[in-house]
Amino acid sequence: MKPAPFDYHAPESVAESVALLDEHGDDAKPLAGGQSLVPMLAMRLTRFEHIVDLNRVDELFGVAVGNGGVRIGAMTRQAVVETDAAVAERVPLLHLASPHIGHFQIRNRGTIGGSVAHADPASEYPAVMLALDGVAEIASASGTREASAAEFFESTFMTAVAPNELLVALRFPSWERPAGFAFDEIARRSGDFALAGAAVGIGTDGQGRINRAAVGMLGVGPTPRRAASVEAALMGLAAADADAAEIGRLAADDMDPVGDVHASAEYRRRAGSTLVGRVLADALAQLRKEAGDG
Amino acid sequence: MADQKSLSMTVNGRTRRGRGEPRLTLADFLREQALCTGVHVGCEHGVCGSCTVLMDGEAVRSCLLFAVQADGADITTVEGLAPDPETLHPVQEAFRDCHGLQCGFCTPGFILSVAAFLEANPDPTDDEIRHGIAGNLCRCTGYQGIVAATRQAAAAMRAGE
Repeated sequence: MKPAPFDYHAPESVAESVALLDEHGDDAKPLAGGQSLVPMLAMRLTRFEHIVDLNRVDELFGVAVGNGGVRIGAMTRQAVVETDAAVAERVPLLHLASPHIGHFQIRNRGTIGGSVAHADPASEYPAVMLALDGVAEIASASGTREASAAEFFESTFMTAVAPNELLVALRFPSWERPAGFAFDEIARRSGDFALAGAAVGIGTDGQGRINRAAVGMLGVGPTPRRAASVEAALMGLAAADADAAEIGRLAADDMDPVGDVHASAEYRRRAGSTLVGRVLADALAQLRKEAGDG
Repeated sequence: MADQKSLSMTVNGRTRRGRGEPRLTLADFLREQALCTGVHVGCEHGVCGSCTVLMDGEAVRSCLLFAVQADGADITTVEGLAPDPETLHPVQEAFRDCHGLQCGFCTPGFILSVAAFLEANPDPTDDEIRHGIAGNLCRCTGYQGIVAATRQAAAAMRAGE
């Protein structure tokens, strides 16, 4: 259980990092928090000639508020995303999803950019990013470009980030209030990979009609998925009349689950759509609370 | 490829220097070069929590860090947690009192995780304790003694013992 030998690089800027990736291409891999990559190296599921450690690139760390949302540097630790007051206030789904990632020791090292770039279909931040139409900022030696969440997740562990590119930040929009948000997942034990999970955001107009609905799902396909049928059924409904369990069942149509040793495809579909209904009910309850307070 | 790197970090208050390939994990550096064999290596892929140490005050898996990444860092292992050789840390004291261990293999990782957990959450409920220790596996105790020990340590640390 020891990784194969590699050359180690510890750049201190994005420019230096992308220059290294440009030089070594497929033979290089950026190392963020290392909570997924290092186990894969240790088990020799993968190996690279060059490891580009981003932990000393200060400009990749931190949360900034502006332009109607929050910009989070790719190396920002999950523990920081979990506890940051601006994130909790402006992008509640990130705050709610964070405690579900591994354990606190994992979140002390794991990063938001690492989670998103690794693109495990069972991980939490990709589903939140997809639900909220987050944007990825991607740098390379030739400049910076953006990718929407919808185009970012290509398939299992595959993203729009090319080997010579680096994910540098994620941007999430803040929603107008009142709004309700909820996140939950099904896992056999605390900290295990989720068998299915859901991230839900609901917004209403002044008359209490739903004018914004975002439903992201994890663990129920080769990539994170959006429950478009659920979102469509919610739009225009009076929030007070929404039957969460009934509408949640529609999510089964938006899934493409893969069966494995942990759960069959059919189990993921049934448990996942029931879960969407429950998380939707939680989000509606939060919305009522917030609307009542306002 | 993979030249030897020279390493220097503070381990339990003392500067430790060494050398190793980039792939040398922090856990192996601490055991083999800093001679802190209380760092137990179980699964070597971040699941079991036996190798937990404090890096700059935060609990981390030392099998998921390369030693070269910890160059310049301040590391605490179970050997460095007690204030002096005659006194146990309140978490160690509580694990002894409550029989929070049997074979002892997982114990150093639990002690450091619980110490860090109680720094962040000094007055946890039993449910919070169970979440707090979920990142460490014990195959002997069934966790009852560990939960009791964590409860006792929390009270002792709040009382400032």
